[in-house]
Amino acid sequence: MLIQGRAWVFGDNIDTDLIVPGQYLMASIEEQAKHVFEAIEPSFINDVKPGDIIVGGKNFGCGSSREMAPQVLKHLGVGCILAEDFARIFFRNAIAIGLPTMAVKGIAGKIERFEELSISLDSGHIHVKKSGLQFQATPLPEKMREIIDAGGIDGILKKIGKMAMEETKKLNL
Amino acid sequence: MGQTMTEKLFSSKAGKPVQAGEYVVLPVDMAMCHEGFLLSCGKLIASGITKVWDPEKVVVIMDHYVPSPNVGMAEGHAKIRKMVKQYGIKHYYGEREGICHQVMVEMGLVKPGDLIVGTDSHTCTYGGLAAAAAGIGTSEMAYVLATGDLWFQVPHSIRVNLNGTLQERVGSKDVSLALAGRFGAEFGQYLAIEFVGDLLKDLSIDSRLVLSNMSVEFGAKFGLFPVDNVTRSYLQSIGTECPEAFESDADASFTHEYELDATDLEPMVALPHSVENVKPVREIAGEPIDQALLGSCTNGRLEDLRTAAEILKEKQVSPSVRMYVYPASRQTFRRAMDEGIIQTLSAAGAIICAPSCGPCFGSQGGLLASGETCISSTNRNFKGRMGSSDAKVYLASPATVAMSALNGRITDPREGL
Repeated sequence: MLIQGRAWVFGDNIDTDLIVPGQYLMASIEEQAKHVFEAIEPSFINDVKPGDIIVGGKNFGCGSSREMAPQVLKHLGVGCILAEDFARIFFRNAIAIGLPTMAVKGIAGKIERFEELSISLDSGHIHVKKSGLQFQATPLPEKMREIIDAGGIDGILKKIGKMAMEETKKLNL
Repeated sequence: MGQTMTEKLFSSKAGKPVQAGEYVVLPVDMAMCHEGFLLSCGKLIASGITKVWDPEKVVVIMDHYVPSPNVGMAEGHAKIRKMVKQYGIKHYYGEREGICHQVMVEMGLVKPGDLIVGTDSHTCTYGGLAAAAAGIGTSEMAYVLATGDLWFQVPHSIRVNLNGTLQERVGSKDVSLALAGRFGAEFGQYLAIEFVGDLLKDLSIDSRLVLSNMSVEFGAKFGLFPVDNVTRSYLQSIGTECPEAFESDADASFTHEYELDATDLEPMVALPHSVENVKPVREIAGEPIDQALLGSCTNGRLEDLRTAAEILKEKQVSPSVRMYVYPASRQTFRRAMDEGIIQTLSAAGAIICAPSCGPCFGSQGGLLASGETCISSTNRNFKGRMGSSDAKVYLASPATVAMSALNGRITDPREGL
């Protein structure tokens, strides 16, 4: 899978309250989306385009286990999140909802706002178009890749639900 | 090469020896859901999955929006009650019992050696009872509810050696903040932390749960304590048997070892807007406050309320401060009443609230206006978390919160000792 888009660049320790403030958690995703990064990057909500890529520093997504954080970024069309490293739960959640996310050592501070990136999800290879810089991400382990390919956990659950229904039908025969 | 406590626990669940770094699919012992159950169970319904893997191993506790702050959330709670009935969930505590992590511990749903997942990042709290417990999102929880297992990477381990003895009015929250200040907000990223050292014998379960709870603020997956006499007597007091414990081998491999001597440790505070922005309280003493918050899954336990009551006994919270107290659970609340703690705090002018998460993450009750300052015994001071993004939250121990409430400004709790 090849992902291409322009980069929004953030610093270290971007927490889940900066992505979606707690007071909007029970609002609709459309409402939550209006407040993404409002405390640090107010232009994001107006200027984000489908396919954009987020490049973070260290500990991206630290804080709560709220799945709305990656979900709302996916809803706004973000195509991939790269960071020096991720907070564990955010990383799991992003994969669980089918949003490609990879840790890339050495990327912090090397990408400029709106630079075009090209990312291979299979090899983890990243190419910065203008500067020609190259980076190597840690490729996703097989288990996580399966989840992305199924379109997230929702896709897997649908399969389980379908299998269970077929089993039930068999029993009725 | 020996194994760490975590590798032993994972090997036992996997039924074969596993090493740090490996990916494994493991059955969980318990799945804990707060209001996140609404989203997780909603996914089961949407996928046509009509059963959870084991209704005996699922816990549902409402605490994040209790009492319901608006009609939308009341509808959410109503749906949860319906789903709980439909799926036959055994351990359902509704809104009645308090904060999920405290309820899990005091109801005996956490045992040493357990592997537990929860829809909350502070699920790692159960490490205080030597359980490997970690937060997950609501989609992953839906998968767990359907199948009973989940993929994990066996984490590498680090050891935090806590030595010395704590001074009066210095507690495990100060130790946590000192660790974050000294080693940063991600020294435990993806890792299992093992707390060891002489200090442990002086740390009650209440105090240990604070360090385990704060472990996620260091990026850690688990914050584990060994099983010792403190653990055994706690479990005995709640009528739970203590299973045989996993201990790290002497030659087990740790990625890193950290040291902290508690003897000279002062009361600490994390300044806005990061848990690693830590200074001794003394250095910022005098900063005026508008609100003091005592509660949360970090510091709303009996020991915490007792400390605050000692400081506020026969005194008055400053007229310029509103002090909110959220006992961590109904049991905590009742014990605090039996000891006269609630009466003391109320007489001092503190506002006593229902056991729940309260304003910790900005969902309800006690939010901050722009320009306001709060001293809080909670775990996060991210910008905008507790209300206005122009408000400031300082994280501190219950003693510092109480002493600051008394004076209307941030104060070292050792003042006047």
